[in-house]
Amino acid sequence: MSLLEIHNLSIRFRTDAGELDAVKRISFSMRDGDSLAIVGESGSGKSVTALSLTRLLPSPPAEYAGGKILYCGEDVLKMSDREVRKVRGAGIAYIFQEPATSLNPVYTIRSQIAEGIRLHRPDVTDIDSEVLRWLGAVGIVDPEKRMHDYPHQLSGGMQQRAMIAMALGCRPRLLVADEPTTALDVTIQAQILAELRRLRAEFGMALILITHNFAIIRGLCDRVAVMFRGEIVEYGDTESLLKNPQHPYTKALIACVPQLGIKRARLRTIEF
Amino acid sequence: MTATATATLHAVPADSPFRRVARKFFSDRLAIVSLAAILLFFLVAVVAALCTWKGLPMPMSPNATNLSGKLLPPSAANWLGTDNLGRDVLSRMVGGSTISLTVGFVAMAVSLGIGIVVGAISGYFGGWADNIIMRLVDALLCFPSFFLILSAIALLGPNIWIIIAVIGLVGWTGTARLVRAEFLTLRESEYVRAARALGQSGRKIIFRHILPNAFAPIFVTAIISIPDAILIESGLSFLSFGVPPPQATWGNIIADGKTYFLDAWWLVVFPGLAIFSASLAFYLAGDALRRAASAR
Repeated sequence: MSLLEIHNLSIRFRTDAGELDAVKRISFSMRDGDSLAIVGESGSGKSVTALSLTRLLPSPPAEYAGGKILYCGEDVLKMSDREVRKVRGAGIAYIFQEPATSLNPVYTIRSQIAEGIRLHRPDVTDIDSEVLRWLGAVGIVDPEKRMHDYPHQLSGGMQQRAMIAMALGCRPRLLVADEPTTALDVTIQAQILAELRRLRAEFGMALILITHNFAIIRGLCDRVAVMFRGEIVEYGDTESLLKNPQHPYTKALIACVPQLGIKRARLRTIEF
Repeated sequence: MTATATATLHAVPADSPFRRVARKFFSDRLAIVSLAAILLFFLVAVVAALCTWKGLPMPMSPNATNLSGKLLPPSAANWLGTDNLGRDVLSRMVGGSTISLTVGFVAMAVSLGIGIVVGAISGYFGGWADNIIMRLVDALLCFPSFFLILSAIALLGPNIWIIIAVIGLVGWTGTARLVRAEFLTLRESEYVRAARALGQSGRKIIFRHILPNAFAPIFVTAIISIPDAILIESGLSFLSFGVPPPQATWGNIIADGKTYFLDAWWLVVFPGLAIFSASLAFYLAGDALRRAASAR
């Protein structure tokens, strides 16, 4: 059985300005340990897809207009709120784009990581050593000291590591990283991506990486889904898709990533 | 784990946002002065309450009449003079401070409790619950609250606990609106989304994640609603709808004294000053807290 199966999922936003189909009949599936990148520009529906997996979209205005989201064979869209809360964190955990605002300013990172552990793993008795273990696992130096810090006392890279520790502490089967490095500077980006790659190898969880940047997915994700205006326009194995893109939008997305050592008069932009 | 490690785990964290606000607050001279004034009033009220409760001897009883010494001006024997029944004004004001502060604090607690729960439900869940609650709040706000309180007390009788309950039950609408507005903003915040993505329940998100972040503005309105309640009680007493005699309150000392104002100014001026300075102290403390919390 697949870990996650999406069948013909459609999501519509009903607003005063009219209806908007954010996601149109997309399908994909993942097994334990798979890694998938969902690539597309802003507004292509990739974040909406990610949030819909555990019904995190506020509805109204969002509305699941059709399709199924099967987590371990059970339809998330038909679950009770209590059942969905069990899937969140323990089944599918998230890392978001802005680590600075995704951590609650009034709690230490220790208590925020402990929250997920308490919620999903009631058998863990020594919370502190579990928190320390995950802080260490995500590469935070001197975790005994850092765990008592408040979010504002950490740098952006450290905050994102703490977010990852928060997600991993729940021992999810699938980690959804929604633009995890967009708010970070380039060297920190590389560190976080390396960290994700290492953690995935170490703990064998599945990964969905949401990004607009083709440059970061190589070596991290086995497969790629390219989204454009709410549809998956191209789907396939990362290496072959990068070498031989079929859809013009995919070609344009790849072409607009600047590359070192290649002289080009102007960087191409996407105009569709 | 070693003993030292365990000790550091339970050590109070050094730089919590609450501590930062507290540090800012206590570095403000006006805040210290107003807080000291509040504490002084509080101390007087508590001592007076204890003396009454335990039957301890006071220098002068607030209700002891002395008709041969009525309407005496301030002197060494009666520091703030006596009233038309020869009762010592200072003693009556000290006795009255208990009533005034009790009214202020308890009414604040009642309206704060209702306001937080109602505002949180309204702001967090939104939709039809929000609509019904907010229309109810609008309807309540349409009534001039002072007359609502007056008629409620006219119906139920002027008992101090009824007065407190009525002031509290009328005053929660402002708090509810404020809490709702804070929740509307904070529920869209990324850390609330992160908490939901972690599988946290609505109740935990409301009380653990949103409420502490809305703490500063809620606390400021709470402090400022204390003098409001004190002023309402004084107003009620002045109109003789307040706490029944012979129990002294700041408001009814003025009310009883206003007839003799031209001959005995001390009957009006001193309790008036007490109401004024207590209210000012609370307002200034609230304002200082607002400044401390907004200067992040």
